[in-house]
Amino acid sequence: MIITVQKPYDKLLELLAPYKKIFVMGCGDCATICQTGGEQEVREMANRLVESGKVLTGRGTAEVGCDQRLVRLAIRKYEDNFNAADVVLVMSCGSGVQTLTEVSKKMCIPGCDTMFCGTIERIGKFFERCRACGDCILYETGGICPIARCSKELLNGPCGGQDDGKCEVGLWQKDCAWVLIYNRLKEINRLDLLKKFRPPKDYSNLSKYKEQIREGLQ
Amino acid sequence: MNKISQLQEALAAKRFIFTGEIEPVKTTDLTEVLETARILKGHVVATNVTDNPTAFAYMNSLVPCYMIQEKVGLETIYQVTTRDRNRLALVADLLAASALGIKNVLALTGDHTTLGDNPKTRAVYDLDSTQLVYMIRQMIDKGVDLEGHPIHNPPKFFIGGAANLGADPIEPEVIKIEKKANLGVDFIQTQVTYDIEAVKNFFKLTSHLKVPIVIGICPLKSLAMAEWMEKNVPGVSVPPEMVERLAKAKETGGKEAMAEENLQIFGEFCREIRNTTPAAGIHVMAVGFEWIVPKIIERASLKAIG
Repeated sequence: MIITVQKPYDKLLELLAPYKKIFVMGCGDCATICQTGGEQEVREMANRLVESGKVLTGRGTAEVGCDQRLVRLAIRKYEDNFNAADVVLVMSCGSGVQTLTEVSKKMCIPGCDTMFCGTIERIGKFFERCRACGDCILYETGGICPIARCSKELLNGPCGGQDDGKCEVGLWQKDCAWVLIYNRLKEINRLDLLKKFRPPKDYSNLSKYKEQIREGLQ
Repeated sequence: MNKISQLQEALAAKRFIFTGEIEPVKTTDLTEVLETARILKGHVVATNVTDNPTAFAYMNSLVPCYMIQEKVGLETIYQVTTRDRNRLALVADLLAASALGIKNVLALTGDHTTLGDNPKTRAVYDLDSTQLVYMIRQMIDKGVDLEGHPIHNPPKFFIGGAANLGADPIEPEVIKIEKKANLGVDFIQTQVTYDIEAVKNFFKLTSHLKVPIVIGICPLKSLAMAEWMEKNVPGVSVPPEMVERLAKAKETGGKEAMAEENLQIFGEFCREIRNTTPAAGIHVMAVGFEWIVPKIIERASLKAIG
């Protein structure tokens, strides 16, 4: 799940100031679950903008905001209202904003900030779990990712910044990933995995723009 | 043994050593760094020079290391953190350090950027401290970088690593030290401690390792500092009776009496470490009041061993 938060409303008004006619587009997937860009949030945002004196041409939601096929469908559904707008406020992650830009060529304003790739404990409780490093090592860290969950992305054990399993980054509110890993590996009797030296990681996947063109999937 | 540094020689000869610590700050002026080095010279075998400590953007440690060795004649321990530099920059700086005659390197991860004075920066952490030890060993022993590219005239360094003897839980910390030892770290310097029992316990847990371990201490410049250490440095706890002794001294005799009490306390503490544990030496961190370091060492040596 891509976890988003809405940009502050004042900031959105500032970003929308140069434009006259606004369409608000949401996403039926991650942003719906995060309650940052689902149907309800899109409706609330549209109403609020009208109250602020903005001109709305319409509002809608793509079933999945980052799937070009479903975004095209949504544009067709709201056709006249969508085309009448000179700006679209996109209530989704950055991928959704860019998908709509690519498909529609409209000026798109991000209504949300994309925070991380994570898990949902329950609504309102989101936790980062993956950095998309392109070389998954969860099989040797007890299913706990040190790249995503250790603020220093360490690969060989805890640093001096943990106390009683809490991390000094963020004022001792969050768990030290390496103490979690240690506890987990101990529990499953696999401390040998902690003792293994992990050499410098190949970070090239995180250092460049990526595409996946897979033959045979068309 | 190939002679690399005086620190290496002293540790190999099992001489009980002292090391000091110098912190270059946000300045272009080296006067204070050199003055501090002059205070420490003759009392410590080498001094650490910090690399953007607590993630504050200061003068880099390489140039002060060189200048201290050249102008003062005190050997340095070049602290290198992986926080601010990727493997390219680390190789570049280590080659430069070797070219400048720096012999000892302390391989560190570094305090997190968000705790420093430029918290909005992008942290690097391309390597961790264990991997940095590995990379330096590759450079020295095989004469190559991490990709196996040959280095012309490879460097020679005596490599140190850090340990937090007060870590809780301690087992993952010990496992990490084992990894560094297996990779070929030459010595360990520990985080500050005020607790002789923690030191003894740490030596019990690491008795299977052959690496010399130097224990970190930090005299208390003020009562506020004691409070700060307790609150902010993970695994560090200042015993209340120590704070009471210092507070009482300050109350009755002011600053001077407090300094004298510091000498008493840390002189005793050093003797205790020396006499009751297998420590290879003591690393005295007294940034901002380095004048106390020679006096503590003097006190520590008053009652000679054996």
